[in-house]
Amino acid sequence: MSTIPTNPASPVDTASAHRRSSIIVAACTALGAVAQILIKVGMGPAHFVPTPMGLLTDFPLIAGYAFYGLFTVAMVLALREGELSMLYPIIALTYVWVTLLSYWLLKETPNLYKNLGIVTIVIGVAVLGRGGRK
Amino acid sequence: MTPLLVRSMLMVFFASVVGSFGAVFLKLGAMRLTKSVLSFVNSRLILGVVLYLGSSVIYALGLRGGPLSVLYPMVSLGYIWTLLWSKLFFNEALTRYKFAGLGLILVGVFLVGLGSGG
Repeated sequence: MSTIPTNPASPVDTASAHRRSSIIVAACTALGAVAQILIKVGMGPAHFVPTPMGLLTDFPLIAGYAFYGLFTVAMVLALREGELSMLYPIIALTYVWVTLLSYWLLKETPNLYKNLGIVTIVIGVAVLGRGGRK
Repeated sequence: MTPLLVRSMLMVFFASVVGSFGAVFLKLGAMRLTKSVLSFVNSRLILGVVLYLGSSVIYALGLRGGPLSVLYPMVSLGYIWTLLWSKLFFNEALTRYKFAGLGLILVGVFLVGLGSGG
């Protein structure tokens, strides 16, 4: 596999394109988190029926995968101009949204480790974001 | 370590490698996109999506067989492979911010795993 040259854009254009794609991915991790929660609910005993018709009428499951598809399309569009080493770790923000949504919607009990974890992830993504600007 | 835990760890490890190659092929496919929507149908993107979906199935199966506090940090290995591939295949600059940011993210994911029971 060889390295493929990127567009011969000016450094300023490249920097703003990188920033734009990072922001797209960061925002879209919320979509990815909603998808995960929907899939979890759809796989739960209240909805999950392991027959073809049962799966096709499992609304949370279908909606979850649809959101996941949207997230993937957004990710690919962002990867067109952004760096993989920058964008891929940003996906970790999904953990933050999933944890918060689980507290709120699934009534999971908050705990210190999870809270410390999501704060650390947010700080990590912020530090990483500086790397794109050098 | 029980055989089930070892099997789960191997599955999660394998999934992290597969998923990181999924990301590489998504990037390769993304670089081939044009203005046409049809350019989404290219072999690299399709392979990327297949690898990515495949890895999430293997993760899901692996994560059932052990404590998340052990398996979640292993999920994070995927971030390390991807950083390696992005240098190797796309010659991206690995700045100290990227290393520091990723290090914090790994610690954060580990803590979330600890908090997720077991």
